[in-house]
Amino acid sequence: MDRPLIEISHLSKSYRRGDQVIPVLSDITFDIAAGEFLALIGPSGSGKSTLLNCIAGIDSLDAGSITVGGTDIATLSESELAVWRSRHVGFIFQFYNLIPVLTALENVELPLLLTSLSAAARRDHALAALAAVGLSDRTDHKPNQLSGGQQQRVAIARAIVTDPDIIVADEPTGDLDRVSAADVMALLKRLNADLGKTIVMVTHDHKAAEAAHLVRELDKGELRVAP
Amino acid sequence: MLLLRLILLNAFRHRLRAVLTIVGVAVALTAFGLLRTVLDAWHAGVEASSANRLVTRNAVSLTQPLPFAYKGRIRQVTGVDIVAAGGWFGGVYLDEKNFFPNFVVEADDFFKLYPELVVSPEEQKAFLSDRKAAIIGRKLAERFHWRIGDTVTLRGTIYPGQWPMTIRAIYKGARPDTDETVLYFHYSYLDETMKKRAPTRAGQVGFFMIGIRDATRAAEISKDIDALFRNSQAETLTETERAFQLGFVAMSEAILLAITAVSYVVIAIILAVAANTMAMSARERLGEFAVLKTLGFGAPALAGMLLAESLLLALAGTALAMAVLPPLAKGFAVGLAQYFPIFFVSPTTIMLQAAFGLAVGVLAAAVPAWRVSAVRIADAFRRIG
Ligand SMILES: Nc1ncnc2c1ncn2[C@@H]1O[C@H](COP(=O)(O)OP(=O)(O)OP(=O)(O)O)[C@@H](O)[C@H]1O
Ligand SMILES: [Mg+2]
Repeated sequence: MDRPLIEISHLSKSYRRGDQVIPVLSDITFDIAAGEFLALIGPSGSGKSTLLNCIAGIDSLDAGSITVGGTDIATLSESELAVWRSRHVGFIFQFYNLIPVLTALENVELPLLLTSLSAAARRDHALAALAAVGLSDRTDHKPNQLSGGQQQRVAIARAIVTDPDIIVADEPTGDLDRVSAADVMALLKRLNADLGKTIVMVTHDHKAAEAAHLVRELDKGELRVAP
Repeated sequence: MLLLRLILLNAFRHRLRAVLTIVGVAVALTAFGLLRTVLDAWHAGVEASSANRLVTRNAVSLTQPLPFAYKGRIRQVTGVDIVAAGGWFGGVYLDEKNFFPNFVVEADDFFKLYPELVVSPEEQKAFLSDRKAAIIGRKLAERFHWRIGDTVTLRGTIYPGQWPMTIRAIYKGARPDTDETVLYFHYSYLDETMKKRAPTRAGQVGFFMIGIRDATRAAEISKDIDALFRNSQAETLTETERAFQLGFVAMSEAILLAITAVSYVVIAIILAVAANTMAMSARERLGEFAVLKTLGFGAPALAGMLLAESLLLALAGTALAMAVLPPLAKGFAVGLAQYFPIFFVSPTTIMLQAAFGLAVGVLAAAVPAWRVSAVRIADAFRRIG
């Protein structure tokens, strides 16, 4: 059998507030296979976002290792991590986090500025990504001219435009109405099923969690497979 | 170019704030340029003076006279080439507010000493052969619409009475910093009239202008001249013309210092304003910078974007200031001609404007750029999330 895409072993992390140490994650070990669609659930403050951020290389660990595709990302420097993220991870946030002055097309094109693609190729890739999320007719709209669901679809287009292996999503439906949320989940499912993207998603929403293959629950810093 | 567009859009995201910052930089750099031009105008008299000329005056003060008889003895000092007596006449044309400098001179030697006053040979001859003639600068002629042959009457303030004279010559400056607002007339006219009106005040001069052959010997020759009159009724003080002019300027040293200080304070203030604009704009967009970082943009890229925004605003203001200053200075030059005959924006001033504009752009971005580069992504999201 193939080696899992993501191997997390003995991961611990705590925050310090004054001389008080707040443990958030303690000795977490689990694997995520390539092509997996994993949902992380758990009560507020249980450390879901922290764990996701560690996996995505935007937060640091205190102890343990995270190996992604053979690379231990805990050993990478900040600038090496930046390059690694730009090649391997697509990000989807609860509040979309689009750049408000840029059009939908430009927002999607943004990550491609870090590649060696020509301007024309960048535009083609961005248009293709927008088409994949069903927004070909909204390329020139600014984020404030789009609904929440449309903005999140633009964000998804931005996350997939560089063709990353992993997509991380922190409460992607947290700010959406039920219909838009269902659209977004359908889209993520398709990315996983048709394009083989490995997805790690944090969610509160049980409907959303149902879309995943596997649900893990985080509680008091420990992880278990949810029933 | 997406990146350039992003920088441009971000710089003008708060249009009013961006425009106010640009206008602020422009106003500050224009004020700086004007103040420097005033300082330059002040010093122009000094710059225009020649190191080959000495001035001998009464050691007590500028307003005390010297005997005309000193002239012969000064001429015998080794190294002295030409000696011309002269004096501040202080005449008023119709009204005090028509002020312009007017001097009496020994015209023959005076022209030899001051080759930078350019006159046609015919006019020079006409001036020299008429005892009641005057020669005036081009700008002075323009100011009062005076022409050759006009009679001008000055009212004496130091030397009482009415002093009619005929304009026989108009000079032009050989250099841009030559003062073209002066009226000169014959010492002999003054002295012969005073002989009749107030004989005790005849035979006196304000100063002697001295041409020397070797500028490097100026100090030595000055010492020799002053030694001649030590312990006499009227002791002398001889210095280079430059030092003599500086003496005039030095009286206002405190004012000059204040103007210099203000010109730099203006720059410091606008730096604070621009830095505040950049700090606000960076703070408001911390979340966006965190997103860019997440996507893989490194700290240098983000710092570069902020720097580019800052430079865009600062240099737009600088360009505006550089465009506005010369015509504005021209306007001032017309209004202030009587006080500052030489009033123009020097290349140094323009270079300083550009340099300070650039410095403001770079420095204003420094702290926010450092903050944005240092911010940790997870923390930034927590703050905005
Ligand atoms: N920078 C920090 N300094 C101190 N404590 C922190 C910091 N970041 C997170 N924490 C704490 O770590 C714990 C886990 O936070 P995290 O955001 O991962 O929770 P979460 O499971 O995502 O919660 P939610 O569902 O509300 O988003 C919380 O108790 C939080 O207060
Ligand atoms: Mg969270």
